[in-house]
Amino acid sequence: MTDKALTIETLSKDRGLTRVLNDVSLHLAPGERVALLGHNGAGKSTLIKAILGLTRVDSGTIRIGDAAPGSARARRDTAYLPEAVSFHPALTGREQLTLFARLSGERPDIPALLDRVGLADALDRRIGTYSKGMRQRLGLAQVLLGKPRVALLDEPTSGLDPISRQDLYAIIDELAGQGVAVLIASHALTEVEARTDRIAILRKGVKVADDTLANLSALAGLPIRMRVRATENADALAARLGGNRVNGASVELLCSPTDKMEALRRIAAMGEAVADLEMTPPKLEDLYRHYARETVQ
Amino acid sequence: MTRFLAITRAEMLVLRRNRWLLVATLIMVLFALALTFAGSAPTGTLGVDMLTISVASMTTLSVYLAPLLALMIAFDAIAGEVDRGSLALLLSYPSGRGEILLGKFTAHLAALAFAMTVGFGTAGAVAAWFGGAGAESLMALLRLILTSILLGAVFLALGYLLSALARGATAAAGLSAGLWLVFVVLYDLGLLGAVVMDQGGTFTRSVFPWVMVANPADAFRLWNIAATEGVAMASGMTGAAQALPVWAAPASLLVWPVLGLILARAAFRRVEP
Repeated sequence: MTDKALTIETLSKDRGLTRVLNDVSLHLAPGERVALLGHNGAGKSTLIKAILGLTRVDSGTIRIGDAAPGSARARRDTAYLPEAVSFHPALTGREQLTLFARLSGERPDIPALLDRVGLADALDRRIGTYSKGMRQRLGLAQVLLGKPRVALLDEPTSGLDPISRQDLYAIIDELAGQGVAVLIASHALTEVEARTDRIAILRKGVKVADDTLANLSALAGLPIRMRVRATENADALAARLGGNRVNGASVELLCSPTDKMEALRRIAAMGEAVADLEMTPPKLEDLYRHYARETVQ
Repeated sequence: MTRFLAITRAEMLVLRRNRWLLVATLIMVLFALALTFAGSAPTGTLGVDMLTISVASMTTLSVYLAPLLALMIAFDAIAGEVDRGSLALLLSYPSGRGEILLGKFTAHLAALAFAMTVGFGTAGAVAAWFGGAGAESLMALLRLILTSILLGAVFLALGYLLSALARGATAAAGLSAGLWLVFVVLYDLGLLGAVVMDQGGTFTRSVFPWVMVANPADAFRLWNIAATEGVAMASGMTGAAQALPVWAAPASLLVWPVLGLILARAAFRRVEP
C-alpha cells in the first residue's frame, strides 16, 4: 500500500529521435494541488496521457494509488479534463453526462452537477450550440462525476472568462478538500500562483523545478522590483539611489529579498523627494522564465 | 458488462438527431419502390409473381446501397472521435476499446437493420399487394433483408478498420469510398476480365467461383440467387452459383463481419488519441 495518490518514477519517453519525457519523477499526495507548468511542447500533455495509460512510455513507472495506468482500477480512480475538450455536437449536455455516468457506473444527480458548473440553463441544449467556455464547464462537470483519487486537468482555464476561472479554482479547492490529488497543467501562470500547493516546471521533457512557490522564489534568488516616483528631480534621485531612470519621473531599482528592508530605509530617509513607491515581488512569470530557461545544474 | 450499451444509446441518439436514420430509411424506401415498379415488366414472361422479380431487383440494389450506407456511418466512428479530441476522454473512463467498438457497432447495425427492414419491407408489401406473393417469394424477401443486414455488418466492420487506420475523418472518408469502389465495382470487373482472358479454362471452372464468393458483396448476391430458383432466373446469374457448395456464400458473409471486427479492434488498439 502507498499513501501517495499518484507516483511517477524516472519516466522517459521517446518520440522518434526526440526524448519528449526525460527521467521525470513526480509525487502527489491525496488532497494536494500541483501545477505543472511548461511551454507548448514541454511534455505536459504527454505526461498526462502517460498517466492515463493512453501512450506508451519507454522506461519508468507510474502508479495511481497502487494501480498501473490504463488498468480498470486506475481508470475508475482518475478524472481527466482534456485540453480544449469537445463532445459530440448533436448530444445535449444532459445526454453527454448521462453517457459518462453510465460508463463510470455512477448514479449522480446530473442537473445538480450541471448547476454546479453554471450550466443549469443549457441542460437540454445541444452541445453544438455551446460556447467554448460552456464546453469547458461541461468538461469540468464530468470531472466531478465520480469519486476520483486523482484529477488531471489539462489547461483547464483555456477559453474561460475571469469569473469562470474563479469558479474553476473554487471547484479545484473543493476536490482537494475531498482528498483528491489535483494536477493542473497550465501556462496561465498568474492564476495558478495562489491556488496550488506546489509547482513543477517541465522544460523540454525535463523536470527543472518542483517545490512550493516560496521555496522556488528563494532558490532562484530573483530580485524584488521597486519603482520610486520622484517629486521633482528624477535624475538626482537616480544618482542617489543607484537605479535606472525609466521615464520622466520614475526610477527603477532591483534588490534581493535580503536587501529589501535596507533599501526601504534609504528611500524613506529621502523624505519629500519621493512621491510614491511601488514594490513588485518576483512573479511566477519571472520564476517560470528563470527555471524554464536555465539548464539543469 | 452493460457499459457498451451506454455507448449504443448515445450513438442511437446521434443517428436519430443528425437525421442519418431518416435519410437512410428514405433512400432505401425510395430506391426499393422505384426498382419494384420499374422491374415489374417481365412478370408474365418468366411466370413468377411480382414479389420475386422485386426481390431480384432489390438484391442488385442492396449490393450497392448496403455497403455505401454502412461505410457512411462507420468511417467517422474512430477517426471522428480522434479529430474532436473526445477519444482520450472516452478512453479515460473504465470502458475498454472493445466495449466502445461493440457499443458503436450495435447502434450502427440496429440503424442499418431498421432502414433495410422498412425499405425492403415497404417495397415487398407493395409488390405483394399488386402482383401477388407466395411462400417462396416471402422467404426470398426475408432472406434479402437479413443478408442485407449482414452485408451492412461487413462494411461497418471494414469502415471501423479504415477509421482506425486513417489519419483523420476526411482521410477515412476517402479510404471508405475507395474500399466501396474496389469491393462493389472493380473486383467484379477484374474477375470478368480474367474470365474473358481465360476463355473457359481451369480458372473459370474451378478457381473463379471461389475468388468470387470471397468478396462479401458477391457472396451476398450468390446467397440470394442460389437460394431461390425464381430469383436466379430473373437475375440470369445461375452459373457461378451452381459451381459452389451451398454453404460457401453464407460462410463468406458470416465470416467477414467477425474478421472485420477483429481487424478493426486490432487497429484500434494502436490508435493513440
